[in-house]
Amino acid sequence: MESPEHSTGARIGMWLFLLSEILLFGGLFLLYATYRWKHPGDFHAASQELSRLDGTLNTAILLTSSLTMALSIFTLSRERSARSTRRASLFLGATILMGCAFLVVKGFEWAAKFRHGLYPSSPVLLARPPGEILYFGLYFAMTGLHALHVIVGLCVLSTMLALLLRGSVGPERVAPVENAGLYWHLVDIIWIFLFPLFYLIS
Amino acid sequence: MHAHAAAPWYTDEGRRPGIRGWIFSTNHKRIGILYLVAVLSFFAVAVVLGVLMRIQSLRPEGGFVAPQTYNVLFSVHGIIQIFLVVIPAIPTIFGNFFLPILIGGRDMAFPRLNLFSWWLYMTGAVVVLLSLALGKGPVDTGWTFYVPYSLRTTVNVPLAVFGVFLLGMSSILTGVNIVTTTHQMRAPGMGFFRMPLSVWGLYSTAWVQILATPVIGITLVLIIMERLFGVGVFDPAKGGDPLLYQHLFWIYSHPAVYIMILPAMGIISDLFPVFSRKNIVGYKTVAFSSLAIASVGSLVWGHHMFVSGQSDTASIVFSLLTFLVAVPSAIKVFNWVATLYKGSIKVDPPFLYALGFIALFLIGGLTGLVLGALSPDVHVHDTYFVVGHFHYVIFGGMGFGLFAALHYWFPKMFGKMYNFKFATVAFLVLFVGFNVFYMTMLILGWAGMPRRYYSYLPQFAPLQRISSIGSYIMVGGLAMMFGNLIHGFLRGKKAPDNPWGGATLEWQIPSPPSAENFEEIPTVTGGPYVFSKPEEKD
Amino acid sequence: MSYARYVLVWLVLLALTAVTVTMASLDLGRVSIVAVLAIAAVKSTLVLLLFMHLLFEKRLLLKLLVPIAIAALAIFIGLTYTDILFR
Repeated sequence: MESPEHSTGARIGMWLFLLSEILLFGGLFLLYATYRWKHPGDFHAASQELSRLDGTLNTAILLTSSLTMALSIFTLSRERSARSTRRASLFLGATILMGCAFLVVKGFEWAAKFRHGLYPSSPVLLARPPGEILYFGLYFAMTGLHALHVIVGLCVLSTMLALLLRGSVGPERVAPVENAGLYWHLVDIIWIFLFPLFYLIS
Repeated sequence: MHAHAAAPWYTDEGRRPGIRGWIFSTNHKRIGILYLVAVLSFFAVAVVLGVLMRIQSLRPEGGFVAPQTYNVLFSVHGIIQIFLVVIPAIPTIFGNFFLPILIGGRDMAFPRLNLFSWWLYMTGAVVVLLSLALGKGPVDTGWTFYVPYSLRTTVNVPLAVFGVFLLGMSSILTGVNIVTTTHQMRAPGMGFFRMPLSVWGLYSTAWVQILATPVIGITLVLIIMERLFGVGVFDPAKGGDPLLYQHLFWIYSHPAVYIMILPAMGIISDLFPVFSRKNIVGYKTVAFSSLAIASVGSLVWGHHMFVSGQSDTASIVFSLLTFLVAVPSAIKVFNWVATLYKGSIKVDPPFLYALGFIALFLIGGLTGLVLGALSPDVHVHDTYFVVGHFHYVIFGGMGFGLFAALHYWFPKMFGKMYNFKFATVAFLVLFVGFNVFYMTMLILGWAGMPRRYYSYLPQFAPLQRISSIGSYIMVGGLAMMFGNLIHGFLRGKKAPDNPWGGATLEWQIPSPPSAENFEEIPTVTGGPYVFSKPEEKD
Repeated sequence: MSYARYVLVWLVLLALTAVTVTMASLDLGRVSIVAVLAIAAVKSTLVLLLFMHLLFEKRLLLKLLVPIAIAALAIFIGLTYTDILFR
């Protein structure tokens, strides 16, 4: 049974790391804030090319994955039994599946853009007004960096699932799963902000 | 045969013999030494590059190296000194070795993360050094990588920048470790206001490491993305604003100088009470000043951009904030000097360096006020005045703080003592050389000598030569100082457990410490700077 | 917390998402960015407090972290705006 002090220390460490992630994306939000202020019309026009349906779908997917993540941890910390471990694994597996679904949708979105010739430095894009070039530059940079974090999150969650099935983590030792969950929720929160900024410009 | 039960921390125990026992160790003391060797090695390389620049500067028309080489020299000198040496040095060497001991703990909160930080640091450093040899040539952009030049120059910018990114990640993780350790691992009775001020220095710094470093992280990633994919965020041809690069860059790189100086100031705060055998004047004031410098120092980055084309409003705001941040630093100087008053002063080598710190940081800080005022800055921006200023604060401040820490904690770390007389002579040579070198730069800059120039007008030649001679004297002093310390390490006399009569926890354990630091975790009952009367000194 | 409460939070999050998408199709002009960001902030706060358990955290340090991050970002963006707005 791990000591409460040690698990608190690990939790503090994870939160501090999350802080650094917020600031990492923060730099990109600074660029977005500046360029949108400079080119409001271009940003609006360019955002029309994104599929609001895909964006909303992805938002729903990530929100649901946050739910299953939270339920996975809740199950582990509430009850110590083989059944609860199994249920927690199912919730965790669902989280991972939804994370993959998110990436699939995102992949289709990007592919659609590429098919229309919209990617950084493409001739089609460079012919557009500067505000639109910047919009798409930020779109690929920010959703790309976010997707990278989703991938890392999925690796971490998969590792947790493997450890959970093996018994190295579980009701006796919830902290690693909790901390992995914190990371996953942050990935969700970043998307909660990316969604309106890129898809809901009116 | 020691009287103590436990063997010194560096004796070969554990599962892995030899070098593997070092580079895979999670013990905070071993990791501190790994950083010590790495940082000082990179420092030596960067000093050599600096000497080459000073040889080049002997002649107005240049000619010692090619112009492109000169650009590479000042770029790589800056990158190594800033990212490989000065930013990491005190937190990773002395923070790792001593933070757990100073707060009465056995190790950092995350020992394996600590080792990982060192591996990240070494990987980043190797990537930076590799970038000098691979691709189309070493970077020539200056350590600041300003766009649009860094996007257009054909040399290997992406790899160099990626190396710095890794170094930044290492710094963030070290910061996470230090904050968590300070909150979680203090011994019973060690409240926040009983911690040594060196811990306050490390703690304030760690917050800046966590909050500011990611901003340069993303900025460097964007440089790579711009070069590889042409994303457009900094490219004027695509609507990008090069000034936004400068904002993002300096949002980190200004607080970075506080990452450099706050731990050094913390060490000075520990030293002044010990060498005047008197409690520090204004403990809480100094502690809160560390936090104030860390926070207000994160608001002033635009003072690097007064002539960049940013708005006058921004310049005025940043200038005002720059003057504000000088206040807590000055408060600290007043507290240190007041601590000396009616103290029982002993000028041993650590204290010599601490005094040197005060003098040099004072000059550096005052020249910083000149630069922070808008009208003078227009005249001295990008001149040798700036170069002189930052060498006074970084080298004179952080550097001398590092040397003070080395001389102070050397006997504790290694159980041996160095020669005091030689250390004193080395200090004097170093101090004289330093001032001849950099004071002349201040004058040169004021007279109009631009920085990062390969050649210069003949009228600057006499002062340039004096400055170069100063640099050689200074390097001589450095060699003497390090030579003395190495000699002490190899052949020094055995050091007592508490050679300076310090009252903080590291002096209550053997020199050198055992692997576990304390046989029994102490219970702290008083402040860190309570001394017995001189007659009672043991 | 209970299973039901977690599901309730999730339903609220989905509802807020529906609200924000609907708002974006109305033409609210300049108010719209404030409104969508406000809703995003509410959603994030729910995730932070309830899914990430900040509401139940005892340690003051952890409760202060997100405000510190927001303050840092606000300052960085705000001071940069003193340049952008007045050039």
